[in-house]
Amino acid sequence: MSRTLTHLQRLEAESIHIFREVVAECERPVMLYSIGKDSSVMLHLALKAFAPAKPPFPLLQIASGWDFREMLEFRDATAQRFGLELLVHSNEAGTRAGIRPWTHGATYADIMLTQALLEALDRYRFDAAFGGGRRDEEKSRAKERIFSFRSAQHRWDPKNQRPELWQLYNARKNPGESIRVFPLSNWTELDVWQYIHQQQVPIVPLYLSAPRPVVRRGERLIMVDDERLPLEPGEVPEIRNVRFRTLGCYPLTGATESSAVTIPEVIGEMLLATTSERQGRAVDHDGAGSMERKKQEGYF
Amino acid sequence: MDVDAYLAAHQNKGLLRFITCGSVDDGKSSLIGRLLFETQMIFADQLAALEIDSRRVGTRGGEIDFALLVDGLAAEREQGITIDVAYRFFTTPARKFIVADTPGHEQYTRNMVTGASSADLAVILVDARKGVLTQTRRHSYLVSLLGIRRVVLAVNKMDLVGYSQETLTAIERDYRKFAAQVGIREVTCIPVSAVAGDNVVVASERMPWYRGPSLLRFLETVPLDDAATDRALRMPVQWVSRPTPDFRGFSGLIASGVVRVGDRVRVLPSGRRGTVAGVLSAGAATQEAVAGEAVTLTLAEEIDVSRGDVIVAADAPAGVGHQFEATLIWMHEEPLIPGRAYLLKLAARTISATVTPIKYRIDINTMEHIPVKQLELNDIGVCTVEVGSAIAFEPYRESRVLGGFILIDRLSNHTVGAGLLHAAMRRSQDVHWQALDVNKVARAALSHQKPCILWFTGLSGAGKSTIANLVERQLHADGRQTYLLDGDNVRHGLNKDLGFTDADRVENIRRVAEVARLMLDAGLIVLVSFISPFRAERRMARGLVQAGEFIEVFVDVLLAEAERRDAKGLYRKARRGELKNFTGIDSPYEPPEQPEVRLDTQQLTPEESAQAVIGYLRSQGIIAG
Repeated sequence: MSRTLTHLQRLEAESIHIFREVVAECERPVMLYSIGKDSSVMLHLALKAFAPAKPPFPLLQIASGWDFREMLEFRDATAQRFGLELLVHSNEAGTRAGIRPWTHGATYADIMLTQALLEALDRYRFDAAFGGGRRDEEKSRAKERIFSFRSAQHRWDPKNQRPELWQLYNARKNPGESIRVFPLSNWTELDVWQYIHQQQVPIVPLYLSAPRPVVRRGERLIMVDDERLPLEPGEVPEIRNVRFRTLGCYPLTGATESSAVTIPEVIGEMLLATTSERQGRAVDHDGAGSMERKKQEGYF
Repeated sequence: MDVDAYLAAHQNKGLLRFITCGSVDDGKSSLIGRLLFETQMIFADQLAALEIDSRRVGTRGGEIDFALLVDGLAAEREQGITIDVAYRFFTTPARKFIVADTPGHEQYTRNMVTGASSADLAVILVDARKGVLTQTRRHSYLVSLLGIRRVVLAVNKMDLVGYSQETLTAIERDYRKFAAQVGIREVTCIPVSAVAGDNVVVASERMPWYRGPSLLRFLETVPLDDAATDRALRMPVQWVSRPTPDFRGFSGLIASGVVRVGDRVRVLPSGRRGTVAGVLSAGAATQEAVAGEAVTLTLAEEIDVSRGDVIVAADAPAGVGHQFEATLIWMHEEPLIPGRAYLLKLAARTISATVTPIKYRIDINTMEHIPVKQLELNDIGVCTVEVGSAIAFEPYRESRVLGGFILIDRLSNHTVGAGLLHAAMRRSQDVHWQALDVNKVARAALSHQKPCILWFTGLSGAGKSTIANLVERQLHADGRQTYLLDGDNVRHGLNKDLGFTDADRVENIRRVAEVARLMLDAGLIVLVSFISPFRAERRMARGLVQAGEFIEVFVDVLLAEAERRDAKGLYRKARRGELKNFTGIDSPYEPPEQPEVRLDTQQLTPEESAQAVIGYLRSQGIIAG
């Protein structure tokens, strides 16, 4: 008797295997929960991996203070529905210093996201953190291991990565070291959407089109999610049918005009799309090799 | 577009993982770049960045350089080489593909091995102008070593040889001859031009003489390797799940076979038997699951199962062994040192391991066997690997999961080597450990004693047998259950086929140590009285049992004194040359470094020595005060 698994079944099994290895070999794992679609898929896989038990680790969300309101509602509802421990961490010093997305550019992401993440990892002494990164997102990610080691200073050394053979992961760490683990490494954006559709994975409604107040800034449509977004002289928010391909801090996340209100419609638009998903994120656009540099500094 | 039809078509496609091998000059990155481009996995913004990069650092005089899509690390883009393994993804209506793109130079052998370890197929590139080179042979050997059975020989740069059929035929003939030698049975030869796009995605009009499929067409239709389902059940246990007192599940990825509710299984290495009571596949209850699925099994019986054990079909269990012949690929700057303790990870089991002397290194360019003392970075060698206790395994050619392992340095925690198990030594692979319910503890409890082995070692004539005999008499008188294994007596029966060469002495001790272990397991206090001259064998005997169960008693005497006593007249015979290999005369005695008990028989009478041993047993609580 032969039965060949589909590509989604194989990806699912590989991810579940990764979750279980980490839990078996690490002392204090945590899941970085960014509330995006990749996090939703990751959580769905974690729930499957440990059923009928709950995943034996908490969720950690780095709140910049500028997340979409709908994301935070979705986050709290999700943690409650599955009875999971949710840790929310912010860089309080950064908040007090009045770091704003539009005033500090690249420094903003470093302080409010990267530094906040490193603070949280240190405070709770997590030795392994699951992240939703995929190798198809960016060239330097294509070379990153599934178990990616960070020094005590949280730095990534791309030239000194451990060989990763078969499905054998060496999770042994030196004191102070931690591991970033990417269970979705071999998934593509299309795989993620297909899986969401097939498994009916709940996602934040922002991924689907709806009439939303936006302003146009250069080539980007920025949603006016609350009154804190400073409007430039003469700028008036207008209601347009938009959705988001990727979610981050709302003042930095560009919306796309769209009429896709179902997952298949989103997939349909994606198949016709001519830009890669990260283009919506201002944070990644500082020249080639910028992601590699950010990763070396500790960014997920 | 009809999204529903698209989704339906894409729901059920398969996944093919392949590796590309070849050097920069062969156009490997260009080929992958071309595949990504033509299957439309490159977005407009990426293409814009590529155009800029191509003008800045491209090697195609400002034309789009597809190789730049693939060489991801900044250092690689600058130097124009591929250092690490990069994984690429593309999809067609027929299949999803994961490509491991690995560097071709010899100093990156470890990277290529890493990429090949998870691939189902290899695309080996050769430059049509150069034909089969040393590096082509090296790549083919590594691909075959890692168990890849299907190879595509992509003869690239056909545009530079005028799309000549003769060139292709000559290269193909050359290659097939070599491929057969390294055990690659399935070779498909495709003439391509990555730069011009011939036969990469669509059939080339410039080579009408070629009637086979384009590379992509071939990759879409080559049969997927699903033979794993047809073999017997193997599931390494990754995680034991006990969320509530009445649920105990064993989670893992099924390496081969099928598991159904009601199946009889065994747990290795213990050999305990059980029945599958429930199967959860990816969290959902099901009646049956197959190779590749991540499952959680429950068993009807309450048996001991922990992480690292392997659940197997009861009627077709895997082998169990602790000493193996293996091929090792060394991956670290620090060389492999035989005798050093490493950690070995195989499936979900991590265990202490040592490598005994390396048989030979394989020159991966010439396939020659070269005797060596250690393995350096990127070396491949054949050696014996011994692990701390028995593990379930299968030969690598049958199972990558139960035959592939990594070695981890205990200090740095780095992955320093990868290995492929071929066979267990000592024929332990066909003998399965029979789990028994009445064990050592139970037997010993019945006789109110703590079993142990008293191992008397010393020169001939030191008084070992005399003292051991006195100790046994005393124990027997106290109602203890004992047995004395005496060197001379055992040589009359069990070991009568053995002489006195070093090899025979080692085997002599191995057998006695195993017999002593069985008797220990039977709950007895075992006295062993053997010269046992070599430390290594005494250490081996100690290693067979648990800490505290092996008591080494050094019956110490000066050689001159033993020779003076010479109760059996053996020293005189040896001195006259009538006895060869006599310990102390022409064969060495290695005294114990840290015996539990040392008896100085020049100071103590045999009775006093026996009392010293009894005193030690009392002090350790082996016999009551």
